[in-house]
Amino acid sequence: MYPRAFHYHRAGSLKEAVAMLSQLGGEAKLLAGGQSLIPLMKLRFANPGHLIDLNFISGTSFIKEEDGRLRFGAMTRHAEIEDSSAAKKIPILHDCAAGIADVQVRNRGTIGGSLAEADPSGDWATVLMTLHTELHCLGNQGERTVPIEEFIKDAYTTALAHDELVREITVRKPSPNSGGAYLAFKRCAPVYPTASAAVQLTMEGETCREARIVLGCVGLTPIRAKQAESALRGAAVNEKSVSAAVEAARTASDPQPDMRGSAEYKHTLVGALVKRAIDVARRRALGEKVELSHIYA
Amino acid sequence: MPDAVETIPIRLKVNGKSHSLTVEPRLLLVELLREHLDLTGTHVGCDTTYCGACTVLINGAAVKSCTVFAVQADGAEILTVEGLETDGQLHPIQRAFAECYGLQCGYCTPGLMLATHQLLARNKRPDEKAIRKAIAGNTCRCTGYQNIIKAIQAAARNMDGVQQRSSV
Repeated sequence: MYPRAFHYHRAGSLKEAVAMLSQLGGEAKLLAGGQSLIPLMKLRFANPGHLIDLNFISGTSFIKEEDGRLRFGAMTRHAEIEDSSAAKKIPILHDCAAGIADVQVRNRGTIGGSLAEADPSGDWATVLMTLHTELHCLGNQGERTVPIEEFIKDAYTTALAHDELVREITVRKPSPNSGGAYLAFKRCAPVYPTASAAVQLTMEGETCREARIVLGCVGLTPIRAKQAESALRGAAVNEKSVSAAVEAARTASDPQPDMRGSAEYKHTLVGALVKRAIDVARRRALGEKVELSHIYA
Repeated sequence: MPDAVETIPIRLKVNGKSHSLTVEPRLLLVELLREHLDLTGTHVGCDTTYCGACTVLINGAAVKSCTVFAVQADGAEILTVEGLETDGQLHPIQRAFAECYGLQCGYCTPGLMLATHQLLARNKRPDEKAIRKAIAGNTCRCTGYQNIIKAIQAAARNMDGVQQRSSV
């Protein structure tokens, strides 16, 4: 399958990419990892007249630990995050990076591209909403910082202006008594998840001090399940509080029926994922090492 | 859409051999390999980033070549299944797939062997879990994967053994 013909532009810097976006207008699209865009172009769902390739710009792929934060260059590939010892210090990031699609896609796909696409079934936005995450965006007017909650506006819609791009993503490291877990369920490795749950808990003994619970693939954007968080906050994490949180998460989800399952099935699934993610997040917050990744047959 | 066909000059190395070509921007890497360089060992399966039959290595990293534009491989070193053997001798991965019956119809095999190549370059003795994860992006509709896993384990043993002998 061939995409429609397009003009190819190779940006030498992010600034130049922004200038190209301004100059070329609405017909232009950025090419990051291409693992969503190229399939869309081959199916002719996306037909950009101009592609601006970001892959030849040096210094856009990095993971740095600095001032209690992790900094990710927008062009950092999922595989680089999966292999990064710095990223492993925030286990929920490793859960996510190591489970996206398959080896081949993780070698190409980028964290910045995933966020800027804002696919409702994407993994990164769901995970990063459980943490203090900021996107550093570069545009014609200079740079601005957008919290992840304000960045994701709707399905496939972000706060980015047409001539603006993501330069860097920063994530504040949670406190040592905080633990997170990301669990996504998918039919097989290369496909998008059917549903996913990201949980970050801060514990004091068996009591939960702070909770973030975000649901993926069950709405037009990741859904923050605030009632579910309230069910855990200040409570002992036990069968009763977890059941209440799971029920609240199920109620917060708004899944659409599709080839991956009925709405009812996804309601049930997301509850089960939240329950397991809470368990792993709690154990990690208490210092236990637990391996976790996307579940598929 | 461009009025006239635009072409871009690129240079790349495929299986150790340098090539200079001019390509249309929308040309996919898999089509460059198959149609322009006549390397038809890399297969097109699903053509939708799913099945992994088109897997090749770009600078050592496994990619689905149906989901990379040829212009993006400018300056890169590509390894395809044709580059595995040396002087008519099968690569240990190829030998292991043959000896362990790690294939039936063979359509997925080139992609699986390249995915194996990346795995064994980074993990000399992968356990079964690591192997399954490494080939999760490669679909085989014949074998049920059991013999593919045996083949990868055999290849790992043979390659590790060769390295140990040569380091003595």
